[in-house]
Amino acid sequence: MKVIKQSGLIIFLLGLTIFVGTIFTGSFSLNQSDLDTFIKEKNYKSTVIKSSLEEAIVTSEDLNIFQFSKRVVKAYESSNLYYDNLIQKYNKEKNWKEKGKQYQYKIGGKPHSLSFILAKKAGKGWASENTTLMWFLTFGLGIIGALLFIVPDVVLLGKPGIKNDGIFLDAATNRGWIGWFAFVFLVTFYILLYFYPDLIVNWVFLVDPISASISGNPASQWFLYGFLYCTVMTVMAVRMYVKYRNNKYQILRTTSVLFFQIVFAFLIPEILVRFEKPWYDFKNAFPLDYDFFFRWNLDELLSSGGFGLFILVWGVVLTVVVVPVMVYFFGKRWYCSWVCGCGGLAETLGDPYRQLSSKTLLSWKFERIIIHSVLIFVLVMTGFALYTFFSGANQVIGIKTQTIQDIYGFLIGSIFAGVIGTGFYPIFGNRVWCRFGCPLAAYLGFIQRFKSKFRITTNGGQCISCGNCSTYCEQGIDVRAYAQKGENIVRSSCVGCGVCSAVCPRGVLKLENGPEDGRINPTEILLGNDVDLMNFVNQKQ
Amino acid sequence: MEHIVIIGNGISGVTAARHIRKNSNKKITIVSAESKYFFSRTALMYVYMGHMKFEHTQPYENWFWEKNNILLKQGFVSNIHPHKKKLEFRNGEILSFDKLIIATGSKPNKFGWPGQDLDGVMGMYHKQDLEKLEKYAPDNKACNSAVIVGGGLIGIELAEMLRSRKIPVTFLVREDSFWNGVLPAQESEMINNHIKEHHIDLRLNTNLKEIKSDENGRVKSVIIEETGEEIFCNVVGLTAGVTPNIDFLKESKIELGRGVKVNRFLETNIKDIYAIGDCAEQHKAIGQRRNIEAVWYTGRMMGETLAQTICGNKTEYKPGHWFNSAKFLDIEYQTYGWVFSEIGKKENETYFQWQHPKEQKCITISFDKNTNQFLGINTFGIRMRHDIFNKWLTENQTIDHVLEHLADANFDPEFYKLYESEIVEKFNKENNTSIQTKKKSWKRIFSKA
Repeated sequence: MKVIKQSGLIIFLLGLTIFVGTIFTGSFSLNQSDLDTFIKEKNYKSTVIKSSLEEAIVTSEDLNIFQFSKRVVKAYESSNLYYDNLIQKYNKEKNWKEKGKQYQYKIGGKPHSLSFILAKKAGKGWASENTTLMWFLTFGLGIIGALLFIVPDVVLLGKPGIKNDGIFLDAATNRGWIGWFAFVFLVTFYILLYFYPDLIVNWVFLVDPISASISGNPASQWFLYGFLYCTVMTVMAVRMYVKYRNNKYQILRTTSVLFFQIVFAFLIPEILVRFEKPWYDFKNAFPLDYDFFFRWNLDELLSSGGFGLFILVWGVVLTVVVVPVMVYFFGKRWYCSWVCGCGGLAETLGDPYRQLSSKTLLSWKFERIIIHSVLIFVLVMTGFALYTFFSGANQVIGIKTQTIQDIYGFLIGSIFAGVIGTGFYPIFGNRVWCRFGCPLAAYLGFIQRFKSKFRITTNGGQCISCGNCSTYCEQGIDVRAYAQKGENIVRSSCVGCGVCSAVCPRGVLKLENGPEDGRINPTEILLGNDVDLMNFVNQKQ
Repeated sequence: MEHIVIIGNGISGVTAARHIRKNSNKKITIVSAESKYFFSRTALMYVYMGHMKFEHTQPYENWFWEKNNILLKQGFVSNIHPHKKKLEFRNGEILSFDKLIIATGSKPNKFGWPGQDLDGVMGMYHKQDLEKLEKYAPDNKACNSAVIVGGGLIGIELAEMLRSRKIPVTFLVREDSFWNGVLPAQESEMINNHIKEHHIDLRLNTNLKEIKSDENGRVKSVIIEETGEEIFCNVVGLTAGVTPNIDFLKESKIELGRGVKVNRFLETNIKDIYAIGDCAEQHKAIGQRRNIEAVWYTGRMMGETLAQTICGNKTEYKPGHWFNSAKFLDIEYQTYGWVFSEIGKKENETYFQWQHPKEQKCITISFDKNTNQFLGINTFGIRMRHDIFNKWLTENQTIDHVLEHLADANFDPEFYKLYESEIVEKFNKENNTSIQTKKKSWKRIFSKA
């Protein structure tokens, strides 16, 4: 078994190495007709972009993706620079009419996204030509290796039970060198994905056939991300099944979150695209789905007929009715750790890192300030977006709606939710985004705290203050602080993952939905002591 | 301002300090030789096993003490001068007090075995024991075999700890079945099997004769009393129970028995000196409890109670219904009320027992065979609600009532399989009754006794 596990690790690392190495393979050059089609599609008015792109990438040279990307970006820059110079020139000449004309020739959009589109057409080599083989050598080996590494634990970990031996003695799970390596890897991955998609175009080639079979279209970097997300979650869900096989709550929860990711976040949206409907994830509620009320989305939905309208109504009902009602009955866990994709990744890929979240009072303070600021940010932004949509004015009190949307998309949507939210798993624990950033979590949290039947019940006086619950709380809640006082845990940030209850060696904690009366029960003297003393002290409060 | 000095920063002393602080602005000093900050002793095992870091065992952040104006003093008290109201530290320092609380806990028993003080012989009680274990048994190369002497709760925990680093363990237990002075045979037997499943070499009916040394004064082997067998090992864990840690009081004129003698107000024979927790010994046992109770929960309760007295609300120590819990490797154990083993059970007490056919789950309910009054329950692998059993015990309910409403008491995580109907069916069969299980009712759960 040990041998299988170790060979699994080697196979996984081999797959990972080939995966990373794939980036550097292939050669990129465009033929004239492809470029012509592209320019036509894009409808550029610039007269210089065609020649500068031609010069840059219609070539017999053997360009790798980095050279290719650099040349494309430069071509766009030189085109824009050309018109910038004209603008300056006319400005000096005070030729306002000519100056004004020049702006239409400037090309917007992110250069690396444009480069991605071109690279997708221009790629030759192993990834784009032997896709199936390369898929197997990367994804295939990765999956097989990881499973070979994980499954032997059924035997190696021994009898079902809590399997946390050695977690703080391991470089992978205790911020050792493996943890830091994973951190650098994840952060780099997200930076490439969000800001330099052209550099990972070879990875996208690998999932082209899968994308074609689902949506009928070639893959984008987002399809790659979606596929990778589902793959990682599935493999790591197997790990959850093995690790928590004594605990039915964990098994059902993992299955649920995996189902919603694969079916709702991945398959249904792609299939919708196949039927020329808008891409939509039916479980992704505003304000986590922060661009739902952006003009482009509303326009798209309104132009998609009855189905678009249905999505629009569902999106509003989901946030305004479904989410709060469900939180009232079950707590925010029904969303955060049973349905949500972000939660899903955190509970599978992130599970090995749950013990790294900070439990200090200080971090709780930061948490409340940051997460509620994001909530305010998203609400203000949405206010702007709706105002713009209905009034047609593109700015409110002198601030452009587009600018605010761009800032949110960059800072919160990409950097916080992606780079920090997932990249920092191995350092700050697996719920960085859910704990500090997610505006939906903040909204659900209010309901959970003030109007819900959900609580974690503390079992009388049985707590021995061991601290397993707090240590393994991914949300950084100091669970023990409540349990050792005999108090139920009613906290807005609790996502109800149930691990505190699982790791408790004395059966002290139980997640449950019960009557609101008695849900919050401040106590001083714990059950088991003199009844008169308990009454005396608890009433004095 | 009155100065309250507490010797010992375990759960008893710290609970007392916290409650005194809540109710007064007295000056409070907690003295400890073991560690500056309070930690959960029961969690030490998890540090060695890598489930937690030492800092995670500390229930309060380090700023807590200063913020609550509780002074922490590190030092070893070597003597107490009760009438001068002064403490003397080993380094000669003097600290005076107005009221003194002795909460020094326990120390592992040593029964005068030859070799019991060799290098590599240790208890598993203090923070220093953890450090020692880390030194002598860092992995299964440095320590290729360990022997544990004494089959109680700490013994099985130490075995679990060593097994987490794949160190072969031989577990010497004096009794003919694990902890059967406390547990009924059904449960003791189940734990025996579970211990073996974890590849621990369990030796029942086995006593230690002596511990042998190598040429460097380190443990080399142990000799078994009964067979004379020599078992080679690098580490010996002595876990044959604990005794009050009160050697430093011998000269002090404070009345001592096995522990510090206290009355129901937790007062010693000397005014303004109190003792709580493991080190306190009641003159007369309370109910069916022992005179000395070395249990986390009772330490906490004594701390809660004494704080009232110190703050002017003189309060007798009146613990409620007995409860306890433990974990034997993977099997959780809870108990409410009194379930005595076959060895200690009284004539009127009888059992109803149920065991899962395959999994390691079982319960024993003790009840009065004349009146059917429910006396207590042991559960293994099933969690139960403390509140509910406490209420049933207060109400002197019958076993029929308990079984009928067992669903109210279940505390297992959601979606777990429930066994109430199997349990009640078995009882009905054995006793010719027709008890029907009732559905769980929140109304009953929240109703008060």
